[in-house]
Amino acid sequence: MIKQEYTITVYTENQIGLLNRIAIMFSRRKINIESLNTSPSEVDSVHRFTIVINEVEDVVRKLVRQIEKQVEVLKAYYNTEDEIVWQEMALYKVPTDVIAEKVKVERLLHQYGAKAVVIRKDYTVFETTGHREELESLIKALEPYGLIEFVRSARVAIIKASKGFHEKLKEFEKQEPGEEVIENEYLDKQDEVFTM
Amino acid sequence: MSNSTILEPATKTAAAAQPLAGTSISGSQAVLEALLAEGVDTIFGYPGGAIMPIYDALYDYTDKLQHILVRHEQGGIHAGQGYARSSGRTGVVFATSGPGATNLVTGLADAMIDSTPLVCITGQVFAHLLGTDAFQETDVINITTPVTKWNYQVTDATEIPSVLAKAFYIAKTGRPGPVLIDITKNAQLQKFDYEGYTPCEHIRSYRPKPIVRKEYIAEAAKLINSAKKPFVIFGQGVILGQAEKEFKAFIEKGGFPAAWTIMGMSAIPTDHPLGVGMLGMHGNYAPNVLTNDCDVLIAIGMRFDDRVTGRLDKYAKQAQVVHLDIDPAEIDKNVKSAVPVWGDCKETLPMLTQLLEKNDHSAWLAKFRELEAEEIKEVITDELNPTTEILTMGEVIKTLNELTGGNAIIVTDVGQHQMVACRYAKYNNSKSNVTSGGLGTMGFGLPAAIGAKYGAPDTTVVAVIGDGGFQMTIQELGTIMQFGAAVKILILNNQFLGMVRQWQQLFHDKRYSFVNITSPDYITVAKGYGIEGKRIDQRADLKTALQTMLDHDGSYLLEVMVGKENNVFPMVPQGCSVSEIRLK
Ligand SMILES: Cc1ncc(C[n+]2csc(CCOP(=O)(O)OP(=O)(O)O)c2C)c(N)n1
Repeated sequence: MIKQEYTITVYTENQIGLLNRIAIMFSRRKINIESLNTSPSEVDSVHRFTIVINEVEDVVRKLVRQIEKQVEVLKAYYNTEDEIVWQEMALYKVPTDVIAEKVKVERLLHQYGAKAVVIRKDYTVFETTGHREELESLIKALEPYGLIEFVRSARVAIIKASKGFHEKLKEFEKQEPGEEVIENEYLDKQDEVFTM
Repeated sequence: MSNSTILEPATKTAAAAQPLAGTSISGSQAVLEALLAEGVDTIFGYPGGAIMPIYDALYDYTDKLQHILVRHEQGGIHAGQGYARSSGRTGVVFATSGPGATNLVTGLADAMIDSTPLVCITGQVFAHLLGTDAFQETDVINITTPVTKWNYQVTDATEIPSVLAKAFYIAKTGRPGPVLIDITKNAQLQKFDYEGYTPCEHIRSYRPKPIVRKEYIAEAAKLINSAKKPFVIFGQGVILGQAEKEFKAFIEKGGFPAAWTIMGMSAIPTDHPLGVGMLGMHGNYAPNVLTNDCDVLIAIGMRFDDRVTGRLDKYAKQAQVVHLDIDPAEIDKNVKSAVPVWGDCKETLPMLTQLLEKNDHSAWLAKFRELEAEEIKEVITDELNPTTEILTMGEVIKTLNELTGGNAIIVTDVGQHQMVACRYAKYNNSKSNVTSGGLGTMGFGLPAAIGAKYGAPDTTVVAVIGDGGFQMTIQELGTIMQFGAAVKILILNNQFLGMVRQWQQLFHDKRYSFVNITSPDYITVAKGYGIEGKRIDQRADLKTALQTMLDHDGSYLLEVMVGKENNVFPMVPQGCSVSEIRLK
C-alpha cells in the first residue's frame, strides 16, 4: 500500500479540549498533520475539522474510526483528492516600490488569479486562493522582488458526494437513531467505509 | 456475591425525590448529591488543598458515603478499579490538584486499556489562577486526555449536576472506561440554585449502543453453522456486557470449544466442559495451537491484543473470522473479519444462538483435549506436583484452589505469579479474576484487591503478588490497617523480578541485569501495620498456612518462598506465531 493524501472531515461538538484530543491521536501514531482547519459547519452548533495527512488507507481508516469514537465527535469521513473540492488561501507581502517598478502588476495578478488586498507606499499584500501548486508558483514569481512575508491557510474542503449534515443531525438527536443512520453503514460496504 | 450490595442505579423518579432540589447548595454538595443519585456507596480518595471544599462537604455525608483514605492516589485509583471489576459498578476516586491528580495517571491508563468504568474527581486551583503556575496547578485535562474516555473541567458550579450525570453515563455505557472531572476550587465553593439531579440518558454525539443488523447475524450464523472446526475466543466484553448466561447458551448449543483471554477469564467457570483454557503468550497449549487450525474463529468481546495473537501475519490465516464487538474501532483493527457483528453481545449472542443449529463438535473438542494432555504431561504435572525440594508457584495456586473451591476472587499483580495464577486458579463465578491485562501495571495487585473487597464484601479476596510488585504499592497496607479490608495477601517470593529474569535467561544469554531484588521482612512490615502474617518455605506447611490465612478474621499476609529461577511455560516467544508456542 502506498501513502497518499487524505482529507479527513470531522463533525464535532464545539468543545474546549477537543482539538487536543483529536490532534494527539495523530501524534500518538507519529503521523504528521499537513494541514488542519476548524470552522463552523453547515449546521448551527456543529463544528467541522478538516485535516490533511499523507498516509496509507488502512491507517487512515482505523484512525478515522478512533476519531469517530470520541464522545464529542458526531461523525468522521476520509476522502481522497478526487472526492473533494478543496481550496487553500495565501497572503504575500512584497515591497511596493520594487514590484511597481519592475513588473506589470496587472498582468502578474491576472496570471496567478491573485488580487491586491492592501497597497501602501511601503508594501503591498496580495492574496490568492487555489490549490497548493498554484499558491506556490506565485511565491516563485514574487521571490525575485523581495518577498517579505508569506503565509498559507489550512485546506478547506467540500465532500462532493455529501448531502450535508442537517438530516443526519436530526437522527443523532433522537434517543434511538433510525435505520438510515444506524452507523453500521461501513458494514454494508466494507471497502468504502466512511465515504458517503 | 450478595445482591444486597447492588444498589439501584439512578432513575428519573429518584431525581424528583431529592430533598435539596429547589434550595441553594454549594458545588461540593452537588458533587456528593450526584454520587448518591448514582447509587455510589464507596469513594477511594486522598484530600489536599484544591479539593478541600469537597472534603468539607463530605464531612456531613459520612453516613451515606463511605470514604476510604488510601495511602497514595495510585492506590486510590487501582482500588477504584478493583471495586469496579468485582462489583460491575462504576468506581469513584477523589484526588487533589497537581501531584494528587498526576498520581492518577497510571491507573487511568490501566482502566482505559482494560475498559474499566471509573469516575475520577480532581480538585483544581481557582479558575482565575488557571495558567499562572499557581501552587499545585497542573494541566490535568491535557495530561489525562489520552488516558480517559472523556474528561472535562468545571469552572462553574451550575454545571456540576449535568457534567457528573454525563460522566457516569459515559463511564458505564458502550465500551466502558475512565472519566475524569476536574473541578476548580471556586466552583466547589460556589452556591447555586440546585434543581436536582437528572441522570443522563442521551448525548447526541455519543451512541454507545449500536442497533444490531439482522443481516449480519444471519450471515454469521450461516458461516458458523457450516463450520467443521469452529472455535470461540472471548474477552472481557462478555463480562462487561453481563452476557455470561447468553454466552454459555451460545457455546452450549453450538458445542463450540471456547478459550478466554486473560480479561475474559471467569466469565464461564474454568471447569466448563467446553472451556479449553487461556489464550496468549503464557496461555494454554491447545487453544494457541488450534487457533491456527480452526476453520471459523468466533471472537467475542475481545480485541486481538498482540499478547494474544503473537505474530499477526501468521495468525489464524486459514480461518474465517466472525467478530462480535461493541466498539466499531476494534472490528478489523488487528484481524480482518469475514463477518463483523457490531453490537452489545448481550443482544447479539441470543440472536445468534437462535439461528444456530444444535451441534456437537466432540471430535474437534477431543483435539483440544489431546493437546491439553500433552501440556499436562510436559508442563502442568511438574508445576503442580513438583519433585523439587523448593515450592513452585503452581502448587501454591493448586492448593489454594482446593481450599477456596474456586469461590474466591483472585486479584493479581504483574509478572510470573500473574501468569501462573491465571493459568491455574479455578473460578466458579464471573468477575472473580481481577488483573491488569492491557497495561501490565506492577503495583496494581494490593490496592485493586482492597477495592475488590469493597466491591464484593461477602467474597474471599486473595491478592497474589510478586516480591517486586508488592514493593511498588506496599504503602496500601496502611489503608487495610485503618479501614480493615479483609484482603488475603499471598506473596510468591522468588527473590527476582521473575518475569524479566525469565526473558533475560531465554533471550539475553542469562545476563541477569538488575533483576535481583531484595525484600524487607514482610512479616515484620505487616506486623507494623497490625496485619498478621507468616513466611513459609516448606511444602509440608503449605496447606495449613493457606488455611490459616483464609480462616483468619481480617487481612493476613502469607509469604511463600518459591523456586528462584522457575520459568512460566508454555510460551509464545515474541515475534512467533501462536502455533509455535514452546512447551519448554
Ligand atoms: C510498573 C511496572 N514497571 C515495570 C514492569 C516490567 N515488569 C513486568 S513483570 C516484572 C517483574 C515482576 O517481578 P515480581 O513482582 O517479583 O513478580 P514475578 O515475575 O517474580 O512473579 C517487571 C519488572 C511492569 N510491568 N510494570
